[in-house]
Amino acid sequence: MRRRFMSAVAAACVAAAVSFPALADQARTTPARNAGVSRQAAGGRPAAGSMPRTPWGDPDLQGVWNDATSTPLARPGGVSDKQVLTDEEAEEFQRNLAHNLTRDRRDGGPEVDVNRAYNEHWMDARRLAITSDHRTSLIVDPPDGRIPPLVPLSPERQRARAARADAAARFAAGLPDNPEEMSLPVRCIIRTDSPPYLPTIYNNDFQIFQSPGYVAIAPEMIHSARIIPLDGRPHIGPTLHQWLGDSRGRWDGNTLVVETANFRTDEGVIFQDADPATYRITERFTRVDARTIRYEFTVEDPHTWTRPWTAMIPWTRIDPGEQMYEYACHEDNYDIVHLLQGARIRERKGETVPKRNRER
Amino acid sequence: MRRRFRRALIPAGSAAAVALLWLVASARAGQAPSTGRFPAYKAPRLAGHADLNGVWQALVTANWNIQDHEAQPGPHPEIMGAYGGEPPGQSVVEGGEIPYQPWALAKRKENFEKRMMVDVTDDKRWHDLGDPELKCYMPGVPRAAYMPFPFQIVQGSGDYILIAYEFTSTTRVIRMNGKADAPADSWMGWSRGRWDGDTLVVDVTDSREQTWFDRAGDFHSDALHVVERYTPVSPYHMMYEATIEDPKVFTRPWKISFPLYRRMEQNVQLLEFKCVPFTEELLFGRLRKQPRQASR
Repeated sequence: MRRRFMSAVAAACVAAAVSFPALADQARTTPARNAGVSRQAAGGRPAAGSMPRTPWGDPDLQGVWNDATSTPLARPGGVSDKQVLTDEEAEEFQRNLAHNLTRDRRDGGPEVDVNRAYNEHWMDARRLAITSDHRTSLIVDPPDGRIPPLVPLSPERQRARAARADAAARFAAGLPDNPEEMSLPVRCIIRTDSPPYLPTIYNNDFQIFQSPGYVAIAPEMIHSARIIPLDGRPHIGPTLHQWLGDSRGRWDGNTLVVETANFRTDEGVIFQDADPATYRITERFTRVDARTIRYEFTVEDPHTWTRPWTAMIPWTRIDPGEQMYEYACHEDNYDIVHLLQGARIRERKGETVPKRNRER
Repeated sequence: MRRRFRRALIPAGSAAAVALLWLVASARAGQAPSTGRFPAYKAPRLAGHADLNGVWQALVTANWNIQDHEAQPGPHPEIMGAYGGEPPGQSVVEGGEIPYQPWALAKRKENFEKRMMVDVTDDKRWHDLGDPELKCYMPGVPRAAYMPFPFQIVQGSGDYILIAYEFTSTTRVIRMNGKADAPADSWMGWSRGRWDGDTLVVDVTDSREQTWFDRAGDFHSDALHVVERYTPVSPYHMMYEATIEDPKVFTRPWKISFPLYRRMEQNVQLLEFKCVPFTEELLFGRLRKQPRQASR
């Protein structure tokens, strides 16, 4: 299910040409064509002296921001090797991504229609546009725009992954054994409120609050907030683990740099099931103009990837009238009951997990 | 020597009596903050307003029962022993009692008796039984303010104040001088704030009707309207007041109040109390393929 969810996320990372006019202009005037794209994309370097500041002198990131885009995390096959497309190429790329993402087309027969019944009404329309700088992937390093190869896993982690794959196959077949084997998003424990923040099908908003010594980020997906102290204090004790980890921030010039540690060790807590013991994540938030924050993250884990990698996602300011709203999940999680009830009924009828579901 | 000591005591005693009288008098004259129990205090400023930033926590036992309650064994004393015992506490309700309508008093009793019963097998009756806290649902307002967990106020220079609660990592946003109406009911309600001197006044509407006030079954309807007042009275504490109005359940508006204490530990921060995994067996255990093996 995690895999299904992630592929939904990847799929959801598609395109919509509406929202970033300022950025689009910027991209046209400063085409970035190499691995340094992250520095120039999404608005370039903020002009000195123009940075809005809080009354106590910190760069002002307060507001509601949206990170939806159709640009996929990793560069898809069949796209040119270019990191940045021309206007014409970008238009076609965006059109194709949007076509595959939209739930409102009826070109696949009744079964496909049913699967798309959770249609565009529920989705974030901003996710149908590629980033205004016309990139082919959110990953900016390595330059091929792809997640680096995985390192061989220890036998223990292989077994854990195999067990999760089996659970995912049972879930996909409508035969989950119990609540614990469902994914963390299905259980409403964590969703896209855990760093790194990646665009998804809906609830792509983040509200940033600041007070002297703190930045707080409240993602729309589930109702948690990451409260980030900026006073240089150490992380919480090494035996304390959290679903969202433990974040510490500092200002590097006008950029908020956040490092997060103390993640829980449950499978599925960290992106791509990286090893919490060796995983490192650094996020950088830079306000590049009145309407844009450049969000970059670098992750590394020698137990998972052959090298560190970095992605950059522009966050666009939302009209204050379009307020973020409470997202309750567990409180009315009818689905988890329906799935378990359905599974027990199916078992009584003698249904089993089809072989094709097990070969994942 | 002894006599001299006594002589010194008398003036000291009269000075204390005078000071006490002055406190009472000034409280009556309305110079002190709303509760009248503290000397006048002017909070530090942030962007022109009282600075309420910090990690705060109530020390009352109102989450067990907002009215007077005696110590009790709690549920399942045969396995919980003293761990499960419930602490005694005095009512935080002004006047002591909640002015329930007669039918609502009966409903409260039923809520209490069924507070640990859960049945989520029918969507339409999903919320009929049990204390929402037991099920790890967002606690709503005012309960979030007196659960035995800290919360943090993040107040800056913008139009929004964040309150983040440790219990189930929930949050609410106070929309300062907000005009917009709530688009729908929500667990933590729709909070619009304003300043009354140093007091943050928050008007909370559009709360989900399913939240409770405590583990004793005290409840409200979808007509709940809460007005909270956060008044700093020293660097280390503020008074919390909430006026509760719900004409479907109560005969008149009523009020609760208690102090909130600033958590003073070095490097104090909210930790996670994500309780969903603690409730899955209770809520969904009957639907698992094989019964869970006792892990204790």
